[in-house]
Amino acid sequence: MKALVSVKRVVDYNVRIQVKPDGSGVATDGVKMSMNPFDEIAMEEAVRLKEKGVVSEIVAVTVGSAKCVETLRTALAFGADRAIHVVEEGEVQPLVAAKALVAVCGKENPDLFLLGKQAIDDDANQTGQMVAALLDRPQATFASKVEIAGTKATVTREVDAGLQTIEIDLPAVITVDLRLNEPRYLKLPDIMKAKRKPVENTTLGDLGVQAAGGLKIVKTASPAARSKGVMVKTVDELIAGLKNKGLL
Amino acid sequence: MVGQHAEGKLDNGVAKVVCAAKAVGGDIEVVVFATAGAAVAGQAAAIEGVTKALHVDRAENEHPLAAVLAPQVVALAKAGGYTHVLAAGNTFGKDLLPRVAALLDVQQVSDVMAVHSTTSFDRPIYAGNAIVTVEAMAAPCVVATVRLASFQAAGTAGAAAPVEAVSTDAQLPAHTRFVSLAAQKSERPDLQSATRVVSGGRALGSAEKFKEVMEPLADKLGAAIGASRAAVDSGYCASDMQVGQTGKIIAPELYVACGISGAIQHLAGIKDARTIVAINKDPDAPIFEVADFGLVGDLFQLVPEFAQKA
Ligand SMILES: Cc1cc2nc3c(=O)[nH]c(=O)nc-3n(C[C@H](O)[C@H](O)[C@H](O)COP(=O)(O)OP(=O)(O)OC[C@H]3O[C@@H](n4cnc5c(N)ncnc54)[C@H](O)[C@@H]3O)c2cc1C
Repeated sequence: MKALVSVKRVVDYNVRIQVKPDGSGVATDGVKMSMNPFDEIAMEEAVRLKEKGVVSEIVAVTVGSAKCVETLRTALAFGADRAIHVVEEGEVQPLVAAKALVAVCGKENPDLFLLGKQAIDDDANQTGQMVAALLDRPQATFASKVEIAGTKATVTREVDAGLQTIEIDLPAVITVDLRLNEPRYLKLPDIMKAKRKPVENTTLGDLGVQAAGGLKIVKTASPAARSKGVMVKTVDELIAGLKNKGLL
Repeated sequence: MVGQHAEGKLDNGVAKVVCAAKAVGGDIEVVVFATAGAAVAGQAAAIEGVTKALHVDRAENEHPLAAVLAPQVVALAKAGGYTHVLAAGNTFGKDLLPRVAALLDVQQVSDVMAVHSTTSFDRPIYAGNAIVTVEAMAAPCVVATVRLASFQAAGTAGAAAPVEAVSTDAQLPAHTRFVSLAAQKSERPDLQSATRVVSGGRALGSAEKFKEVMEPLADKLGAAIGASRAAVDSGYCASDMQVGQTGKIIAPELYVACGISGAIQHLAGIKDARTIVAINKDPDAPIFEVADFGLVGDLFQLVPEFAQKA
């Protein structure tokens, strides 16, 4: 069974981002970048399935600038066998990313396509669902448990009401949530080995995908700041303060 | 608008999406997909601002599965000439609407928090630490999910709108099958729409302590119980109680954070809370930067005292 995992390079989740004063976006120059944390979980899941003998080959893919090759190297260090880089220097919105990934699926024919449920930069939470739609295949979003048996997968999903379990036929798209697994720490030998693994370059044009269209970003602003609160010394003071606001 | 429902009851979020739809303007039609949806469509028809409620009754619509619902939404959207297709930005809408958008070849707008015009919206990025204003293309239509914490619920209509059964010729896939739903039954208010929420973090230390400390306070305040990711990951409580960037985004009148440090991912879920109370033993915890009332000390003493005196 072949697994395809898509990964995205984003501002590290520990960074406190700054909105540029001219409203043109979020400052990323000199900021620490990492693999989207949800994509690490997707990679980890693929590697565990390979260790269990369910998956035989893992291909990592990204759509983005030349620098995203770093993220592919991380995926290869996790245990991907090879990687595909759809090089695009401009902004890539989810529908365009999905079309590129669908084109890659057309060449690779994966049985399982794993993605993070959202990227922590644009927080869109769309790409996996769009890929599944365009492939006309099942989607299991927000997965916290995945079991593969033959040509079927049973997936438990974290939904607002609790945990929903669905059964899907493969090939299928699964987007992963935080509690699916805990990604491993990468070891130096694996990072070294990743440098020698193959990365194939392609472009949106090669894949027949148009970059145009989508949403126009008019401006980026900081959210409204909350007004400064007070520190209270005792529970009595807290209760008095809440009563004063009509909350108790 | 796609209306979510379960066990014969329309979801509370629908009235908030109606509020966002009213800001867009024009006629507002809510559609519910069910096995027999007339009654639940009737609930949608009673929301102020709704001009018509539709129900599509099919055996396949027994459970909400995006792969099954999406072709039906697309068929309706195409046939009805709708300018906008909206749903709540909860796990239902987030699962379904991107699938619809892709089939319509539209870039979706996720988590609309303000409506400027029929095509211009604000939405949060980076866990709400930046807000972008986007301009969507009007054709073929705008597809958007609505951030529930940003909108008030529309009220009840004086006279209910008409309810109509509709059908589509959409081909539905059999490749996705519902197995089960494990839902926590609780007498407490629903976390997503509660006016008061008390949340516990990693500091609670165990599932037993979480219950023992948080429940009396929740009972006293009539509050829903939430949690940080660390508390959920540690198994102190159910996953549907997680508040934050990747959990529930809530806007209660009162939020009480107990033993929660205030990581940006957690704060993303409570930015719209009216009043935030933080109880934490570390005076430098980032939660105090957003708290309206901060109390430094041991939660195992302070929370029971708060529950007793409140
Ligand atoms: C991609 C991603 C998504 C995430 N999404 C979310 C999300 O949706 N929601 C979320 O909550 N987190 C999320 N996180 C995790 C987040 O970064 C934090 O790790 C998490 O919120 C920490 O939980 P916590 O505050 O309970 O634990 P900690 O950060 O460990 O804080 C515990 C706090 O308890 C205090 N404390 C300890 N003992 C006591 C005591 N006896 N009395 C009083 N105070 C005490 C400590 O001072 C400390 O401040 C996400 C992380 C990532 C990477």
